[in-house]
Amino acid sequence: MRLVDKSIDKEGEGSITLIPEEPEDMWHAYNLISEGDSVRSTTIRKVQSESATGSSTSNRVRTMLTITVENIDFDTQACMLRLKGRNIEENQYVKMGAYHTLDLELNRKFSLRKHEWDSVSLERVEISVDPTKSADVAAVIMQEGLAHVCLITSSMTLVRAKIDVTIPRKRKGFVQQHEKGLAKFYENVMQGILRHVNFDIVKCVLIGSPGFVRDQFFEYMFQMAVKLDNKVLLDNKSKFMLVHTSSGFKHSLKEVLQDPAVINKISETKAAGEVKALENFYTTLQCEPAKAFYGKKHVETANEAQAIETLLISDNLFRCKDVNLRKEYVNLVDSVRESGGDVKIFSSLHISGEQLEQLTGVAAILRFPMPELEDEDSEAEED
Amino acid sequence: MSRHRDIRNMDFQDDYDGYDDVYGHSVDDDYYISPSNKQFIYNRDNSRDKNIQEEDEKEAELSDMDKAKLESCITQITEMLGSTLIPRNELVNVIMKFNYNTERSLNALLEQQNKEPERIEQVVAIPRTTIVPADTADKIVKVTAPQQNPLSVTKGFELPPARLDISKLQATSRSQSPASGRGTPVNQEVPDELKTTRRENKIDPDTQYKKERGEGKEHLYMVVIGHVDAGKSTLMGHLLCELGQVNQKVMHKYEQESKKLGKQSFMYAWVLDETGEERTRGITMDVGRFQFETKTKAVTLLDAPGHRDFIPNMISGAGQADVALMVVDATRGEFESGFDYGGQTREHALLVRSLGVSQLAVAINKLDTVSWSQERFDDIVKKLKVFLKQAGFRESDVTFVPCSGLTGQNLIEKPTENELLVWYNGPCLLETIDKFKSPQRPVSKPFRLSINDIFKGTGSAFCVSGRVETGALNVSDKVLVCPNRESAIVKSLSIEEASQLVVFAGDQATVTLSGIEMQNVSVGNILCDPIRPVQVATKFQARIVVFNVQVPITKGYSVVLHHQSLVEPAVITKLISQLNKSTGELEKKHPRFLGNNTSATIEIQVQRPIALELYSECKELGRVMLRQGGVTIAAGLITNITV
Ligand SMILES: Nc1nc2c(ncn2[C@@H]2O[C@H](COP(=O)(O)OP(=O)(O)O)[C@@H](O)[C@H]2O)c(=O)[nH]1
Ligand SMILES: [Mg+2]
Repeated sequence: MRLVDKSIDKEGEGSITLIPEEPEDMWHAYNLISEGDSVRSTTIRKVQSESATGSSTSNRVRTMLTITVENIDFDTQACMLRLKGRNIEENQYVKMGAYHTLDLELNRKFSLRKHEWDSVSLERVEISVDPTKSADVAAVIMQEGLAHVCLITSSMTLVRAKIDVTIPRKRKGFVQQHEKGLAKFYENVMQGILRHVNFDIVKCVLIGSPGFVRDQFFEYMFQMAVKLDNKVLLDNKSKFMLVHTSSGFKHSLKEVLQDPAVINKISETKAAGEVKALENFYTTLQCEPAKAFYGKKHVETANEAQAIETLLISDNLFRCKDVNLRKEYVNLVDSVRESGGDVKIFSSLHISGEQLEQLTGVAAILRFPMPELEDEDSEAEED
Repeated sequence: MSRHRDIRNMDFQDDYDGYDDVYGHSVDDDYYISPSNKQFIYNRDNSRDKNIQEEDEKEAELSDMDKAKLESCITQITEMLGSTLIPRNELVNVIMKFNYNTERSLNALLEQQNKEPERIEQVVAIPRTTIVPADTADKIVKVTAPQQNPLSVTKGFELPPARLDISKLQATSRSQSPASGRGTPVNQEVPDELKTTRRENKIDPDTQYKKERGEGKEHLYMVVIGHVDAGKSTLMGHLLCELGQVNQKVMHKYEQESKKLGKQSFMYAWVLDETGEERTRGITMDVGRFQFETKTKAVTLLDAPGHRDFIPNMISGAGQADVALMVVDATRGEFESGFDYGGQTREHALLVRSLGVSQLAVAINKLDTVSWSQERFDDIVKKLKVFLKQAGFRESDVTFVPCSGLTGQNLIEKPTENELLVWYNGPCLLETIDKFKSPQRPVSKPFRLSINDIFKGTGSAFCVSGRVETGALNVSDKVLVCPNRESAIVKSLSIEEASQLVVFAGDQATVTLSGIEMQNVSVGNILCDPIRPVQVATKFQARIVVFNVQVPITKGYSVVLHHQSLVEPAVITKLISQLNKSTGELEKKHPRFLGNNTSATIEIQVQRPIALELYSECKELGRVMLRQGGVTIAAGLITNITV
């Protein structure tokens, strides 16, 4: 993201102007913009005009519009943000107070005004404009009949293609149907890779599977590449890396990101860091349960005792509509940092972020055990 | 579907009371799977519906000693009669009446047969491909399916008393070699008049089952399990070979080809490992299936992959099995590495037990590598006994057999190896398999089949195959494919390539469907009775036992759910309560996490709807396994379905 302008007063009110440059930036924008903020950007507006003869023509005009955001949608496939809200600035084509949908796209400048830029938002801006990017990685997680072609950027894991086909099992005397089905499946996965992986950007393609599926597939793909003289694949053969996973389901991606060989190759990415942090939490829960807690209530109590060593928190908690609730989470983050704790904000688009989200969205590893917390019924609130 | 809502308030223990009888005497407190969890590992033999055969109650009350006597009587009688002509409960009654005296029971049985002349009429040798309309008086259509199964010699008609001459009887069953039926042309189409009759008199499945399957050898599905390279494929390949199930020419070809690849030691394994991949890698990847016969049983063999990556395949294989054969490698160091934590021997044993298999034969294999040492054999048996007991197997249900799959020692004949003869005079592997008890099939329950494979048939039709879990299915029946709830018509049925008019619970059937698109059916779908369909849901509760886990289970945990042939990603959405392992009492509400060997009630959610049943209503479809990172972390019973 390119930072064009930043003007924030002492109270934290003000606006920041940004230009998203890559898909990942749209995710940052999605996390920055909350309901109630105002966003200014150009948009295309259809204008109906009636000619003297009475026939009407419609024209598209480009205009600058400012709206207060009431609704935000993030389209992960098109990498686009769709903001809906009321117009708050006089405009030639759009009435004041009229509803309009602003689409934020790559390379389209926008200004975001907030009543209060809190620490979490400012940190997000900082991360998003940081030019040192980790390598983009593609991963294919597969098992017989099922494959996920994913792209992993620093804060997003996007499933670009899911191949789910039925392969007849091997039956006595009828092995051909099985082998034919398998070949077709490999063909589909290969097409998925060719369609969705941009080898100009992607530094590494991980192929993970149980058994020999990855080897078989890799062999198939390069046999085909040679046969079809597919330069793209042949030139990038060294970017492929085969790793073991226990299944072809998406959550097995975390096994890939834990593989030492992979970490070596792609260096510490945010995704891998999050997997590791969550794993640490679970290990602590196993070995010293009184030092690992989750759920808002437990974590806040631990924070009051300044006991939190590492706070794991999902970014979706900061996207909540309730301003006060968001404030509580921001305060938690600030307070943990003040008392010297480490805060890891998980991307809910990554695999471990998804899991943390299910685990109430917030968890903490403590410096010292707090057995008294264990007796408290934390989850009474639910059901 | 609100009829299940109340289940939460039910006293759990009540549902499973029957199981206490079965396991009560075999489980101590420090066992791996404790008494309160025994319902996870139910005994198929005893899972029969109470209202199917009340006579069984009598059997259940017997002491172990009497049971043993009873079994031996039954075995002797069935041996003499060639096959079970008489329903088991009838046998039991007679045997008990004559106080376990085989001779007198047999006489009584033969006499009884003589007194029923009306049964005899229909009999006489019937050409194999005819359909025999039954005595119209009782309005029951009785069918001899065209060459149903090469194994069921006397299927579909009763023998005249005149032929109840023991020597002759045995001759009949012998003369029918299993291969002889293979070439017989199979009658695919159902005659029209039959279709109509069938519809008019909807037959009571129990009666139908008795008529169809009352005679002939009992069918048994056996899964072979054990650590990778224990010699499972070799052992079974050799066994099949010796039984004449493998063509000499084919075997010769395997020998030559494997030699060429420098893998001659795998020549027998090739009988079962059919894909090129499996052969070049030298390991089994998917479940291989084969048939063979013992004296009293027609056995379908499921060769399961041992490698941990293929355990999902093994689970679907074991889900279809009645009994298991566990193969362990006796080679020094090898047994240990397969048996230690991380080896598959333990996980496999726990898995099959959790999937409902209760009888186990253990082949102590590759004893040739330790010069048939008795000491080695005893040592392994001792270690396994302790573990298997913990895993929930009854000692009386586990048999140990020394053998060598490669040399063929003690497979189908008594050993010839002197070193073994010195200390062993027990049964050979084939005899051990013959001694397995065949489970009762729940044929009168609503029809359910779990789809395990989908493939193209001849022409435009397509077939699904899998195990009929409960009930019976006739040609031209309507079925519902769940969870999509699409209906289809049964065009034809077959078991192991032999066409059938009806299939029953326990059968591995291939169903040719019409009226539905192939792409609308997937592996793991349930084929069911449209009038009494299975439930469909994305959320359910299960009572689980947690196995050995590396990290504790919390809510939000992603797992791979195994339900029959279905393998589906799922999330544990709630830990509802932690239960005492031995008493099942509530220990803690909303536990923060579940550690090793705990028991709990949890809520599980899947992304797309699945077809399932409450354990209390249908054990076969009420069980789930949870796996994570390639390890089985828990087994569970479905206790509540959120609809
Ligand atoms: N010495 C000896 N080797 C055996 C025996 N049974 C199997 N093997 C060898 O063990 C290896 C693995 O056998 P395989 O049947 O593929 O094992 P699986 O993985 O359990 O199916 C092969 O090289 C076999 O030749 C045996 O009884 N004795
Ligand atoms: Mg094998």
